[in-house]
Amino acid sequence: MNRRSLWEQIVQQLEMRHAELGMAVLQHIKLVAVSMGIAIVIGVTLGIAVSRFRRLEGPVIGTAGMLQTIPSLALLGFMIPLFGIGELPSIIALFLYSLLPIIRNTHTGIVSVDKSVIEAASGMGMTDTQILFRIQLPIAFPVIMAGVRTSTVINVGTATLAAFIGAGGLGDFIFLGISRSMDALVLIGAVPAALLALLLDFVLGRLERAVTPKGLKI
Amino acid sequence: MVVFDNVSKTYKNGFRSVKSLSFRVQRGEFLVLIGPSGCGKTTTLKMINRLIPHTEGTITVDGKDIAKQNVVELRRNIGYVIQQIGLFPHYTIEENIALVPALKGWDRKKIRQRVEELLHLVGLDPAVFARRYPKELSGGQQQRVGVARAMAADPELILMDEPFGALDPITREQLQDEFLRLQKEFRKTVIFVTHDMDEAIRMGDRIAILKDGELLQLDTPERLLTNPVHGFVEQFIGKNRIFQNPELLPVTEVMRSDPATISPHRSPERAISHMRQRRTDTLLCVDEQGRLLGIVSAYDLQGDAARIQSVGEIMQPADPILPLEATARDALVKISESRFGLIPVVDSQGKLTGVVTKGSLLTVLAGRWKEAEAGVGS
Repeated sequence: MNRRSLWEQIVQQLEMRHAELGMAVLQHIKLVAVSMGIAIVIGVTLGIAVSRFRRLEGPVIGTAGMLQTIPSLALLGFMIPLFGIGELPSIIALFLYSLLPIIRNTHTGIVSVDKSVIEAASGMGMTDTQILFRIQLPIAFPVIMAGVRTSTVINVGTATLAAFIGAGGLGDFIFLGISRSMDALVLIGAVPAALLALLLDFVLGRLERAVTPKGLKI
Repeated sequence: MVVFDNVSKTYKNGFRSVKSLSFRVQRGEFLVLIGPSGCGKTTTLKMINRLIPHTEGTITVDGKDIAKQNVVELRRNIGYVIQQIGLFPHYTIEENIALVPALKGWDRKKIRQRVEELLHLVGLDPAVFARRYPKELSGGQQQRVGVARAMAADPELILMDEPFGALDPITREQLQDEFLRLQKEFRKTVIFVTHDMDEAIRMGDRIAILKDGELLQLDTPERLLTNPVHGFVEQFIGKNRIFQNPELLPVTEVMRSDPATISPHRSPERAISHMRQRRTDTLLCVDEQGRLLGIVSAYDLQGDAARIQSVGEIMQPADPILPLEATARDALVKISESRFGLIPVVDSQGKLTGVVTKGSLLTVLAGRWKEAEAGVGS
């Protein structure tokens, strides 16, 4: 067989599949964006609930932690009997997998707001809701964002496995490459996935810095 | 302004941190709550704005039972300053001060004016500080903002929980003085918790001493020092406190009440023999009603004895003199400027009631000092 260099293979595969690759990248982004969007909304809400009602702390953080211990591939597998195959089960699995860092950081961020600040706020006649939205969440914001960034990076990686249950994305290239022993295909899937993780982390970092109140910056 | 009627706080585990407390605070009064840690002073304070709910009795603020008021409304009308300051780190100084007025829905222009006015009042230049963040300020500056924030919506009542306790001594004294000036100027009712007796005496119109959740004595600083009703109060105040605060010791405590007097019509010879008898070199001239007319000294007598008929002719005006209400501090200050080393004390009719001399001051203060030393030793 003609052993072409890896580089030549990559160039050849890209020529053949560049349209497909573009679609896969978009599909990957969609999986990440939708699952992260839901995870942020639900995770932050649960984080707030946990910081308000201490009794929930054990069950909620425990459950999210347990989900995190399930191997990601297995979690995707569990989705098949429940939701079949395709996008929906993948998004649900990715969402569940992303919850823990967000819940935990929201909780930590809120409870670590200086007690004296909360006492002053409530002593001056702010309602609990005002304290939450005007004091606790803004001060906890950098910590919550750190959780979101961690989740996002993990999510981008895990989303490659979603190809296993037919959700598409960059994972398609990786698995195709593995099954055909074609390193070039693996790289065509893996490198954009890695770049996507780095890019999202960078963008979120920028966003975090832009939105963090000036008084909290070091 | 604030009335406690048999107020107690009993926790679920049965611990009573405050026991049937009753007292009232007048409008414009500065009340200090003091006592050892765990005495219930902070609990008492926080019951007023319901940060800690009381379990028995009633607390009324401005005639209204606080338990029946909307808690948010109640708190927005009471200023609150705490030791840890608790400025909002993500808000500018301006936004921190503007918080309660904004919650109350004041319009922007009015809030801006008020913030500027308050920053001036607490000695911070708005042009420099309004846009800064709390972490850019020193501790003393932060607590100035804390005070301004508490006064922002112009509350009648301000609660302060050891507000100056975490500051260095010099800054603390500065803020104490400035706050006292503000309080007197605006006639705010202040309830102030501290564990520092010097601060209590300096600030309070009245001081409430608490121990184990009970009120032991509520009195003016003067009366607490001169008339502690309870052994603990005396011990807590400290016996030698009176030396550090001679302004709290009435002048009657340091004067001799049997001054050597003479009528102005007496002859110089008679005056000299009277001086010898009383072992003094000055006599106080008084009229028939006992009113002070002036002072005759041995020095003046010696020079002029041959020339005059009565001591009235060489009598010197008495200056300085002290009224009966004066304090030992006034006596200490004025004794050095008195020509004869003594200060006559007169009542409101001008009648001589006693005399403060360097000797009488020294005797009394030294006596107290000894007592205090003995107290410390035992």
